Amino acid sequence: MVQKNIIDVRNLSKSFDISSKEPGLKGTIKHFFKRQTKSLKVIKDISFKIKEGEIVGFLGANGAGKTTILKMLCGLIYPSEGSILVSGYLPFRRKENFLKNITLIMGQKQQLIWDLPPIESFYLNASIYDLDKFEAKSRIKKLSEMLEIDKELFIPVRKLSLGQRMKSELLAALIHEPNILFLDEPTLGLDINAQRNLRKFLQKYNKETNATICLTSHYMKDITSLCKRVICVHEGAISYDGKLDLLLKKLSPVKEILIVCRSEEDAIKLANSSFTVKNKIKNEITIKIENNSITSSLKNILNNFDIEDLFINEPPIDEIIGKVLIKKDYDI
Amino acid sequence: MISKLINRKIFTLLKVQYSNMLEYRVEIALWAISGIIPFFMLNIWTNNNLNESINISDVMLSRYFLCAFFVRQFSVVWVVFSFEEDSLMGKVSPYLIQPLNPFFRYFAQHLAEQITRFPFALIIAFFFFIFNPESIWIPNLSILFLSIVSTFLSFLIQFLIQSIVACLCFWTEKASSIERLLFIPTLFLSGLLAPVVSFPAYVKSWIYLTPFPYLIDFPANLLSGNETNISGGLSMQILWILLLFPLFKKIWSEGTKKYTAMGS
Repeated sequence: MVQKNIIDVRNLSKSFDISSKEPGLKGTIKHFFKRQTKSLKVIKDISFKIKEGEIVGFLGANGAGKTTILKMLCGLIYPSEGSILVSGYLPFRRKENFLKNITLIMGQKQQLIWDLPPIESFYLNASIYDLDKFEAKSRIKKLSEMLEIDKELFIPVRKLSLGQRMKSELLAALIHEPNILFLDEPTLGLDINAQRNLRKFLQKYNKETNATICLTSHYMKDITSLCKRVICVHEGAISYDGKLDLLLKKLSPVKEILIVCRSEEDAIKLANSSFTVKNKIKNEITIKIENNSITSSLKNILNNFDIEDLFINEPPIDEIIGKVLIKKDYDI
Repeated sequence: MISKLINRKIFTLLKVQYSNMLEYRVEIALWAISGIIPFFMLNIWTNNNLNESINISDVMLSRYFLCAFFVRQFSVVWVVFSFEEDSLMGKVSPYLIQPLNPFFRYFAQHLAEQITRFPFALIIAFFFFIFNPESIWIPNLSILFLSIVSTFLSFLIQFLIQSIVACLCFWTEKASSIERLLFIPTLFLSGLLAPVVSFPAYVKSWIYLTPFPYLIDFPANLLSGNETNISGGLSMQILWILLLFPLFKKIWSEGTKKYTAMGS
């Protein structure tokens, strides 16, 4: 089935006026009488399309412009140049039907009423989105079971743990069953279990509703377990837009293999063979093998050398992605 | 469409905000008590026989200041402070992408607070009558109804003025300082410190062209039974609302284009 583009961004740019002040008393006085502002282009002529049902991760260093892109996509801020179409709407016009189709979740930012149990905020949101009481009740039941917070619905928000609050925020943001989710660091501050549960929930939600999800996160596990496609943002421009596994292969073309030989002689023999040796300590030797020749190389080693043990070291994904955040362009 | 909005969204907002306000009942009681400026002013006026210069009896003057207290209790607005805080903390962002103007939330918050405040205001009035038994009176039903309408219109005017100022947060982050400038004429020209009738004639003619005397002076005079032009006062209140509402809509639509969603 051919899936239609639900998000279409063309030549999008955003500039902010930033005022700057020199340090010290002189700078303060100068700033008081004459403010110096300059226009800073934080998003630079970006274009991309996202298909219905896709989960796309936006990667980039702090201040790269990921959140600004999400804010423009959901209509929160006005673009300076270019065009955005989300579900056929111009987001910044904030038409009622558009707003009923989307949601934005920002980690650590809450819309729940602090002193009341979350159920009150859920019913309030339900009425804002024109859901009748029966429909609201059934959606709250379904989502609270999926998020496993059915026991916390009647406890004041201020008494909930961060994880429970985040799940409640998610429920409040999803009560109208939006088909486009903008998630800005949704797992920020959550413990490992809460992060995993949230990811599982998002996968399930995507599978059940075919919702499109645009996600930013500094936790690589969020990106690797949810997103097949990533858009890397570097200083306001797109440095890579494509499949995540392709990016990982490109960035990490070799694997390191630690081989424990039965004798030091075998290790010396192996070190003198055609493999690239990273280091050698007594009978332990670490070699580098290209991803596309792993199977044949291992077969060769196992057939020709007396091997006691063998470990394949995957480079940490954070390290690989870290390279993306500081590089301008990836030609893949 | 409008009735649907009022029935469902506003009613639910009111219900939820009322539950929220009940969590702060002690603070609201203190707020109600803090609004007793008119009683201090009454004391100053009667002790100095200032009422003689404007031909108002002691009894009518004390009723006026009691009514000024009531009108103030049910028309006090703080939307600029709430919006400014929410704007700086990034809390406005989730509201902006919901199909309901965020100002409806603040509007419901104010109404809910007024409902919560009502019993405390009654208790204060009860003590006022204990110390001023000669001031006890029962306004007739039609006057009472018109006074409630007029107090609500006064609340609407103040809510719109402050909402317009609050929207300036989109340009300058500290819009509340502009509100403080507006507080001065509100304090002196609204009738909170002195009935507008006590001002010199040439000043009065100018004051009545501003929205300020319709905030407290007109509804308080109406409720207390002092002489006042009912239809003229109500018309001016409606006129100010009709002038301020499109201004608010315009500044809102221009301001949201400037929104940078800082703090979020």
